[in-house]
Amino acid sequence: MKLKVGIYWGAACGGCDVAILDTHEKLLDIAAKMDIYLWPIALDFKYDDVKKMEDGYLDAAIYSGAIRNSENEEIAILLRKKSKVMIALGACAHLGGIPGLANFYTRDEMLKRIYIDSESTINEEGVIPLESWNVKEGELDLPRFYNTVKTLDQVVDVEYYIPGCPPVPLQIYSALSLIWDDMLPPVGSVIGAGDKALCESCPRVKEEKTISEFKRIQQVLPDPEKCFLEQGLVCLGAATRSGCGARCIKSGVPCRGCYGPLDDVPDLGIKMLSAIASVLEPKEEKEIDDVLDTIVDPLRTFHRFSMPASILRRKKE
Amino acid sequence: MASGKAVDAVYNIKPPPAATKLRELYYQAHFIHSHAAHFYALAAPDFVVGPDAPAAERNILGLIGKVGLEVGKEVIRQRAISQDIQIIIGGRATHPVWNLPGGVAKALTKEEREKVRPMVVEQLGFAEFGLKLFADVVMGNKAYVDLIIGDGYELVTNYMGLVDDQNKVNFFDGKVRVVDTEGNELFKYTEPEYMEYIAEHVEPYTYLKFPYLKKMGWDGFKEGKGTSIYQAAPLARLNAAEGMATPKAQAEFEKMYETLGGKPSHKLLAAHWARLIEIVYSAERMIELVEDDEILDPNVRVMPSTTPSEGVGIIEAPRGTLTHHYWTDENGIVTKANLIVGTTNNNAPISMAVKKAAQTFIKKGGEVTDGLLNMVEMAFRLFDPCFSCATHSLPGQMPLTVEIKNKDGETIETVSR
Repeated sequence: MKLKVGIYWGAACGGCDVAILDTHEKLLDIAAKMDIYLWPIALDFKYDDVKKMEDGYLDAAIYSGAIRNSENEEIAILLRKKSKVMIALGACAHLGGIPGLANFYTRDEMLKRIYIDSESTINEEGVIPLESWNVKEGELDLPRFYNTVKTLDQVVDVEYYIPGCPPVPLQIYSALSLIWDDMLPPVGSVIGAGDKALCESCPRVKEEKTISEFKRIQQVLPDPEKCFLEQGLVCLGAATRSGCGARCIKSGVPCRGCYGPLDDVPDLGIKMLSAIASVLEPKEEKEIDDVLDTIVDPLRTFHRFSMPASILRRKKE
Repeated sequence: MASGKAVDAVYNIKPPPAATKLRELYYQAHFIHSHAAHFYALAAPDFVVGPDAPAAERNILGLIGKVGLEVGKEVIRQRAISQDIQIIIGGRATHPVWNLPGGVAKALTKEEREKVRPMVVEQLGFAEFGLKLFADVVMGNKAYVDLIIGDGYELVTNYMGLVDDQNKVNFFDGKVRVVDTEGNELFKYTEPEYMEYIAEHVEPYTYLKFPYLKKMGWDGFKEGKGTSIYQAAPLARLNAAEGMATPKAQAEFEKMYETLGGKPSHKLLAAHWARLIEIVYSAERMIELVEDDEILDPNVRVMPSTTPSEGVGIIEAPRGTLTHHYWTDENGIVTKANLIVGTTNNNAPISMAVKKAAQTFIKKGGEVTDGLLNMVEMAFRLFDPCFSCATHSLPGQMPLTVEIKNKDGETIETVSR
């Protein structure tokens, strides 16, 4: 029997949907194995079609995107109710992703910046979008824009996670095949990825070198064969789960951590700090501080994709 | 790519020629992937399966059912080629991190170029196939032609698009040209000048702002001569230019305007035709770039020598002009940003187009069917099938509700999709 599946995007760029399309000829295979009952980017079904389903009707819901507004949350709750298995697809649903960087600001700061202060906006009356607005034809509603961006599993129970920004298409396919082959691992597992750090499969050469200064990539032309970290470039490969095929590293750019932390590592940033400590040249605390100070914007560098999932979660208000 | 150009401007550096060519080659492949997905997966079902076909069939799978698995497979294969070209050049097809201040992180090798060479030729064949499909299936069907040239999908506004120094369409570089409702040039601006020409209006019922031509001032949702509303998307880009920079695309450009009865064309559904012409341009331009030996130059990056501060980058995104403006501290960390993204440009036109389609197709006393509501959505889909692209994280679904009221303002019927 064909599986019944719903695909949805919350606060996302659509890159995860594109990654599903990027399974290319395997799309036809997916269509043969699964009947899709909701997929806003590609199919013409509406929320009402889902609301009419019995609870647990869908075999799986695949949710990409973070939870940034009340609509994202409502649909997450709806799909959770209607599905036997909930899968977080991509870095935003998994860890908060790029939208999660908004947790460095408050809701009010953002609304003011976008609708009043932005340089191209002319808004003398200070209009800010409202959740409810009455016009002569009736009431118009908008979803509530939340103060804090959350991961999917901070609002509903999630059985599985497919990491990546976006996930590697073939990894999505192999994760989906676990469903139709009935081979799903224990609940809570990350699927469609490796279980070791990216460093262990990195094609670059490590020489156990120590460093005394960090640089950003626009300041150096790195050696294409050697470990980025040992060249003083922050590369998150030591703390990041493998499974991406080192696609960034192979195109000349250090790992930014989109596949997230390994099992049993609650916070990618802390793990990364310990990896960095191991390549520092100085041994005295003061000198160590001086070297670490050369990492520009460490919090957003380590938690580029994982701020909402980190132990920090958001900037203190 | 817009952010790449904005960051070059922040550091006041110009990438080496090979880097610029690699970025453009990557970007033309990206255009084909995006346009192909928009046309074949999201718009073509309306035409090929039919605007009033059941919702469950009006999708890419229904389309394959109609045109045959072989054609479906070929579309999928060609879209895969566009994505693979990007992977060969920049490592990934989505979020190409290889684009850096002052250039790109990796040069193109001889072997990679040989791999890409036959791929771009195949893409041109695919581009021409799209035009043939459109000619046969859409223009060969009187009902569709009537829809395209009818009043239901017509909106008279100004038009915007990036052009080269001959006023030919350019996705990647040049000046932004704006023409009026009759096609006369209103102005042409460079990247840092955008704020003199574009302003954004805020309404309380939507998170998406409404850009308009600043010099004319916000004057509400009005079409026609003198309006401050503009469109920026495939048809708008062609309307705002004097032609295409490559021969096959130029021939098709002329044919389209001849069929539509002159330039500019205000026939919104012709956006799909314009989209297919742009695929031809992208494919032809990719061939030019791959055949240019300079693309193999290993010098693909320059180091910044100035303190970063502020910069603007503008490109044509598949669904409209994309403007990124960054302010940074002395370390190059962004302290402030202002973005006007593709579909946002079209927010007012989309609102007006949807209203007009509803007023045209929903007739007094007539039944409001699901197919009819889909025809209202088609006014929307021709701009952007996924509106959340423009709001970036706000509603991804289209909760369309039509309330039909009698002359006394009482709701007599509510239809939701």
